[in-house]
Amino acid sequence: MNKFNIFINDSDETFECFEQEHLLKGMLRLGRKDIPVGCRNGGCGVCKVKIVSGQYQAGIMSRNHVSVEEQNEDIALACRVFPRSDITLNVLGKMKNEFVRTHVASQNTKS
Amino acid sequence: MAITGVMRPGHVMLNVLDIDESVKHYCEHMGLIETDRDDQGRVYLKCWDEHDWFSVVLQKNDSPGMDHMAFKVDNQASLLRFEENLKKFGCNVERIAAGELNHCGERVRFDSPTGHTFELYTEKEVYGNGLPTTNPAPWPEGLQGMQAVRFDHCLLYGDDLDGTVKLFVEALEFDVAEQVVDGELQIAAFLSCSHKAHDIAFIRNEEKNKIHHASFLLNTWENVLRAADIISMKDIPLDIGPTRHGLTRGQTIYFFDPSGNRNEVFCEDSYRYPDSPVLTWTPDHLGQAIFYHSRELNDRFLNVVT
Ligand code: FES
Ligand SMILES: [Fe+2]
Repeated sequence: MNKFNIFINDSDETFECFEQEHLLKGMLRLGRKDIPVGCRNGGCGVCKVKIVSGQYQAGIMSRNHVSVEEQNEDIALACRVFPRSDITLNVLGKMKNEFVRTHVASQNTKS
Repeated sequence: MAITGVMRPGHVMLNVLDIDESVKHYCEHMGLIETDRDDQGRVYLKCWDEHDWFSVVLQKNDSPGMDHMAFKVDNQASLLRFEENLKKFGCNVERIAAGELNHCGERVRFDSPTGHTFELYTEKEVYGNGLPTTNPAPWPEGLQGMQAVRFDHCLLYGDDLDGTVKLFVEALEFDVAEQVVDGELQIAAFLSCSHKAHDIAFIRNEEKNKIHHASFLLNTWENVLRAADIISMKDIPLDIGPTRHGLTRGQTIYFFDPSGNRNEVFCEDSYRYPDSPVLTWTPDHLGQAIFYHSRELNDRFLNVVT
């Protein structure tokens, strides 16, 4: 069973991922939170990353979140990326915090 | 029988990335039953204790999400009344011919201020619930997985919450059963056309036409725990639960289908009558409203939609 190192540029950290598991699974197995985790099935887009270097195989992903052009530029959803070598990536996906932020903010102004 | 007009959510059509994986999820894992496929490759499913031919349609698409949600209306007179109301409200309304979906009569399709597509219909062929209508047993044998009892509701996200709530209340005669309100601003509305705590719910969110979850009823809390076992056993991505909501009191668990659409199975939420008061939650109790025990707002639960 091959195991690879996944290096996150944004947090300057590395986690290990087996070749038959997707990047988020490897990350969560080690208790890490470097990439946002949503549906883990290629649908919600929060785990969007750019693979800067390394080989991988990608599964089917929501077109709403990864266009054909992006896919050609090695942009992918981490929950659909299976490593075939060590990988370096940038995190693109952000949790859309509006709901929480608006309401936490409104609470703070009231108290 | 006092439930008139819109009777219930009749079906939801979900967009999925892969039909076979999705059928496996909804049938083997959740316990729905496949009742047909059509020449467009759409798959028709029902929960065991529903009599009509289908309550979920899976349609292959390159992005997940909800195609439309349809409600069953008691008769043609009500349907015509609602159709008029919808036109007056300013919706784009069109008729979809009987048989466009197998086993379903003519549908009235309309859009909404939050960008979602809805439909109304009065006729769907009967498939039955696997039990005789004379001297029925309490449940049929041979059910799979979580043994979902019925398709219950959807929670949808969209921008013009006020507009869509107004549409459901004024044009379709739903009641607001429960809500989250921040001062004057309604953040969430749980709407009922029946005795149920909600038949559809909406949350204010900047993006149009998003689905937070499609929800299915289970009978007991023990069945919710059993669903949690199946989620781990079958390696289904868990979102959160088992837990309880303050809103609607539902005992619940959330997880994702193979395309990232969120599903809920739940039991024992509250009920209402036409004279029940509207229940209101405020931002300082939002944690409890959503997760009654942990009281912690959760980024993924609040923000991940398809
Ligand atoms: S976590 Fe939803 S697309 Fe990866
Ligand atoms: Fe729900």
